[in-house]
Amino acid sequence: MSSLASNKLRAGLTLLGIVIGVTAVITLMAMGRGVQESIRESIESLGSNLLYVTPGLSESGGGAFAFFRNFGGGAGDSEALTMDDAYAMLDTAYAPSVAAVAPEKSPSAVSGQVLARGNETFAEVLGVTPEYEFVRNHPIGSGSFISHGHVLNNSMVAVIGASVAEELFGQRDPIGQTIRLNVESFRVGPGGLGDVLDIGRLFTVIGVLESQEEGIGPFGSADYKVLVPITAVHYRLSIDRTVPGEIRVDTINVQAVDSDSTESAEREITALLRLRHRLTEENDFTVSDQQQTIETLEETTNVLVLFLGSIAGISLLVGGIGIMNIMLVSVTERTREIGIRKSMGAKRRDILLQFVVEASMLSLTGGLVGLALGFGISRVLDGRGDFGPGGEFNMVVTGDVALLAVIVSVAIGLFFGIYPATRAARLHPIDALRYE
Amino acid sequence: MIRLEDVTKIYRMGEVEVGALQGVSLDIDEGEIVAIMGPSGSGKSTLMNVIGCLDVPTSGRYVLDGQDVAGVSDNRLSEIRGRQIGFVFQTYNLLPRLTARANVELPLVYGHGSNRRRRALEALDRVGLGDRANHKPAELSGGQQQRVGIARALVKQPRILLADEPTGNLDSQSSEEIMEILKELNRNEGLTLILVTHERDIASQAERVVSMLDGKVVSDTTANLEGAS
Repeated sequence: MSSLASNKLRAGLTLLGIVIGVTAVITLMAMGRGVQESIRESIESLGSNLLYVTPGLSESGGGAFAFFRNFGGGAGDSEALTMDDAYAMLDTAYAPSVAAVAPEKSPSAVSGQVLARGNETFAEVLGVTPEYEFVRNHPIGSGSFISHGHVLNNSMVAVIGASVAEELFGQRDPIGQTIRLNVESFRVGPGGLGDVLDIGRLFTVIGVLESQEEGIGPFGSADYKVLVPITAVHYRLSIDRTVPGEIRVDTINVQAVDSDSTESAEREITALLRLRHRLTEENDFTVSDQQQTIETLEETTNVLVLFLGSIAGISLLVGGIGIMNIMLVSVTERTREIGIRKSMGAKRRDILLQFVVEASMLSLTGGLVGLALGFGISRVLDGRGDFGPGGEFNMVVTGDVALLAVIVSVAIGLFFGIYPATRAARLHPIDALRYE
Repeated sequence: MIRLEDVTKIYRMGEVEVGALQGVSLDIDEGEIVAIMGPSGSGKSTLMNVIGCLDVPTSGRYVLDGQDVAGVSDNRLSEIRGRQIGFVFQTYNLLPRLTARANVELPLVYGHGSNRRRRALEALDRVGLGDRANHKPAELSGGQQQRVGIARALVKQPRILLADEPTGNLDSQSSEEIMEILKELNRNEGLTLILVTHERDIASQAERVVSMLDGKVVSDTTANLEGAS
């Protein structure tokens, strides 16, 4: 042990390899976990009693697919959900567990161009009903939300997200201003070929949503949304017309009466829709809840976390090789000492143990320093950085990762210490004593 | 106590085989002081290594305290060394980073190691270095370092003390002190003392001188101690 202290610079440099490795593991894993946490929070902020009904049957309940489908436009012809389907769920005789429904429909493209006063931005354009405001928890900041009257009259009005408002109008009040929405719409023709149509329409801004901060990417940040009456999307921004009065929707957001009744709501909706769609075999729609959505997303993000972790793991491995290197040098340098110890009655096991313990102490120290450093960096980075809405770092250091990093660093010391230690233990006492 | 029967030791140095010991037979009784003499290359160090269980003979029998040492395992050899034999080296072979006391404690770390500190201090007292226990080897004179070496060899109370040129690096004054300590241990505790040396006046202090040449014992004489000093 004292030999480590005697060559502080060398021990320190060796340590550095492990320190950097463990720091990288902790920081990158914290980052990965942070992303997971943000996603979970943004989904949970929608309320735990929310269900989504989407057209088409999804194999694994896949909430994530349901989410993505939102932006991909309508589903195939045979699998369709309509406004009537949505409002049928409000029938307390069929679905007593349903408190509110909020159907939504987007023009085909993922995002649309929004123009006003020479400024332009891209936003998620979504046709909604008045219920959307509270079902999806998008409180209005100023002005007013879309009313039933707007929906009935296909009014060309829009409620815009805080970021959209700022980018288009800066400090000016957007209420009453006119914006132009340019969207792409397409229709699948009889031969499977699609017509793509660029549609541009003028809308009057009637409200601005409250800035939401949380939520990243496509999941829930209201700041980059432009909400218009669902009928306006159907009649003015879409060429996807069906039977008059039958308005197709992409997703029906359903609020159950409370979080305990989501399961019964799911059952009731399924039964009701099977009845309405006159189904005898499998469903042509998918009902998914928060938990399923979270689980699916976590499966996806786990890959990300694992990926980040393994990159960091490589640097840990390099650190381990550094330890092996330094231990080999140490064995050579201390050949004479090994000879002395052996002549004093030390067995192979004793020498082996001495060097293995030394190597693992070295890596343990490195592991602990790296842990502290990783914690520190995560602390400093947490809540900083600016990558757009909800794009600040969210660092979550979990106990299991910390423990794992320390255990792995000790294991690396053991693993890379064993070879040099075996070499030391095998030395013949006479040769070792003679070594100059 | 020590019985060697026609012991040979052959080293392989590259392509050439070197017969370091070529049929050595030797008996050493408990409590004897034996000096092994001879020019370098005569095989005296190899003989010493074999007796000290640092090396095993290529052929022949070596019986130490009734036990045949030929063919025992590496670990068993370590055990025998640790229990029966104390080594004193020409170059002291102290660990420079450790204090005198810690150096003396070293053999106790391997094996039965209760009361390590107290036993180490006792051993240092016996060689007259009780007041230097916390000094590092570099802070001690050559004679003092060798006394630490002797204390380290003594601490496990071995039956045999093997000293390889114990005074080879010391001035005559220190040499005499070291020899006095060694002889006293032999007198008071009946320790078997085996010295390897090429200095005549050191050898003359032994009661028995074994001379070696080219891997063989060429003379084995028991001298009159009174006449020598």
